[in-house]
Amino acid sequence: MVEAVNIVLLGLLVITAVAAIRLHDLFAVVMMFGIYSLLAATVFVVLDAVDVAFTEAAVGVGISTILMLTTLGLVGRWERRPVHRPFLPLLVVVVTGAALIYGTLDMPHFGDPDAPVHQHVAPRYLEQSPDEIGIPNVVTGVLASYRGYDTLGELTVIFTAGVGVLALLGIRRRRQDEATRER
Amino acid sequence: MLILVVTVLLGTMGLALIRAVRGPTVYDRILAANAFTTKTIVMVTTFGFMVGEPGLYLDIALMYALIGFIGTVAVLKVSEFGNLGQTRPELPPKPK
Repeated sequence: MVEAVNIVLLGLLVITAVAAIRLHDLFAVVMMFGIYSLLAATVFVVLDAVDVAFTEAAVGVGISTILMLTTLGLVGRWERRPVHRPFLPLLVVVVTGAALIYGTLDMPHFGDPDAPVHQHVAPRYLEQSPDEIGIPNVVTGVLASYRGYDTLGELTVIFTAGVGVLALLGIRRRRQDEATRER
Repeated sequence: MLILVVTVLLGTMGLALIRAVRGPTVYDRILAANAFTTKTIVMVTTFGFMVGEPGLYLDIALMYALIGFIGTVAVLKVSEFGNLGQTRPELPPKPK
């Protein structure tokens, strides 16, 4: 039952993606992207990845639609004809993809319990983290304690991005203030 | 019963997707995307009851309802004014 639902949903995803590529009205493409991320979120729910579905709802359906609409206000509504032929980039992409797929053949199977990623430190995290850290949620324990420096680095990146965005917005506002003062 | 609901929902999702792909006007696509949001909400809720854990899934469905509303308002605003920055139609200048 769940497999059948998954297959239908993935088929709808493919149809949406092809339609988004073929349309030249960028406004319609934004609509198709909205439908695409709704479908993807439904797939996540069916796969029982509820937290990912939460993120997809907030970012994919909400924020990115609004960001793309804001961009449409700058670039206009219609796609321009490409001036170059896309065959050489297509060839490069196909070759790269084939090489990547060939590279995955040596990796352990998906969900294999004997894979190194499940044998290295994960059992210790699962068994010891309530005693060592004292947080009942294992994911929070790993993020906040075992990989604390990693999380700190991520927060630094996000903070830098936020400062950059604030700097850009603030500069523009100051110029407008000066313009009104001169007037 | 729930299986029947899921089947019908998948069918209506397909119909809404056909409308979104074929268009022809922007408003058809806006309406199709909005209908798709509603279908997704019902689908998530149905899955919650199928799994037997409706509370968690109802939260997601509520969030989708709120976010889908915001998205629809933004899309309609862009289709009316051309961008998101404008807050209202051009007002006549203030009398001095």
